[in-house]
Amino acid sequence: MQLLNDFKNGLWNENPTFRLVIGMCPVLAVTNTMTNGLAMGLATTFVLLASEIVISLIKKLIPNDVRIPSYILVIATFVTFVDYFLKAFFPPIAASLSLFVPLIVVNCLILGRAEAFASKNPLHRSIADSLGMGFGFTWALLLLSAVRELLGMGSMFGIQILGAWYQPMVIMVLPAGAFISLGILVGIMNYITKNTTRDTHCH
Amino acid sequence: MSEEFTRVILLFISTVLINNFVLIRFLGICPFLGVSKQVETAFSMGLATTFVMTLTGMATYLINTYILEALNLPFLQYVSFIIVIASLVQFVEMFIKKTSPVLYKALGIFLPLITTNCAILGLALLIPLNGYNFIESIVFGFSAGVGFTIAIVLMAGLRETLEFGDVPEVLKGVPITLIIAGIMAMAFMGFSGLISI
Repeated sequence: MQLLNDFKNGLWNENPTFRLVIGMCPVLAVTNTMTNGLAMGLATTFVLLASEIVISLIKKLIPNDVRIPSYILVIATFVTFVDYFLKAFFPPIAASLSLFVPLIVVNCLILGRAEAFASKNPLHRSIADSLGMGFGFTWALLLLSAVRELLGMGSMFGIQILGAWYQPMVIMVLPAGAFISLGILVGIMNYITKNTTRDTHCH
Repeated sequence: MSEEFTRVILLFISTVLINNFVLIRFLGICPFLGVSKQVETAFSMGLATTFVMTLTGMATYLINTYILEALNLPFLQYVSFIIVIASLVQFVEMFIKKTSPVLYKALGIFLPLITTNCAILGLALLIPLNGYNFIESIVFGFSAGVGFTIAIVLMAGLRETLEFGDVPEVLKGVPITLIIAGIMAMAFMGFSGLISI
């Protein structure tokens, strides 16, 4: 039961993108197509899962004063792993995500969960939390990229959905469209839950 | 010599305006949303970030060229860059604390936060990617910081004015900030034809 709550927490109540508003750089940068959004979501989920497992296992060994650098080192190791994996097996995706794969290292979502959850909780709860947060992040990326790709190019996952009659709104795939559509989506989420977003920042 | 100089000037203009780190490249969004409520604090944040970015540009060039490339260790790039940035921030904090307590008080809490600012690591990774030389790396770091400062100070100015505006309840806070950022990004797109390199 507790595990299920830990898992569900990240999907909605504390959704990293729409509720906590942390880790926004990749959310804005790679959501121009749904393929990119999905790949980024899964890459982040993997790094989150692996780092929470390791940190939760070694939490007693890390001295309190150097815990943040130690966490960053664990995260950076797994990010290097993901980066080489993508470059070897999915070169086109690695090329279009480019800089934002290595930047998972400083995604505050991962460091935030390591510090707030994995360093205080046992292994099984950390796994549930990381999967919840990871999938919460992934569906947020998918939703935003679906809106942007559909309006900006009339397609989904690269397959043309809207016919020739549709005049693509090019602005949606450009940086300006990312800011505006995310702003409106966060507003809609606030409307649904009738709570204004807590003004957290990620440090 | 003059050709080199022109290239550096062009690099400065293009990094500050055309490829603005925050509004076009999406680097450093967290402080941009989090620390942009008042012009004064936003400016201090921008100043501290510019300072660290300039040093990072210099340090990453040296480490990448003389250690990582010389010893053929490219897979250590992420790990070593993040360690360099973290220790650089720590060093800058201690240095400022000793030499200028006034500045230390003004920057205070913002300094340690800079480590997790993805604009800094992004800058470090872009330098080997774009193949800049030593001078270009320093100029690139400095101008990225200037671009960041311009964006965050403009945003803080707008948000201060927005305090008196009638924003719908559900859009208050982050959503309206993002929408304004979108409009700012559109304005910055106007610079895109300014120069071409």
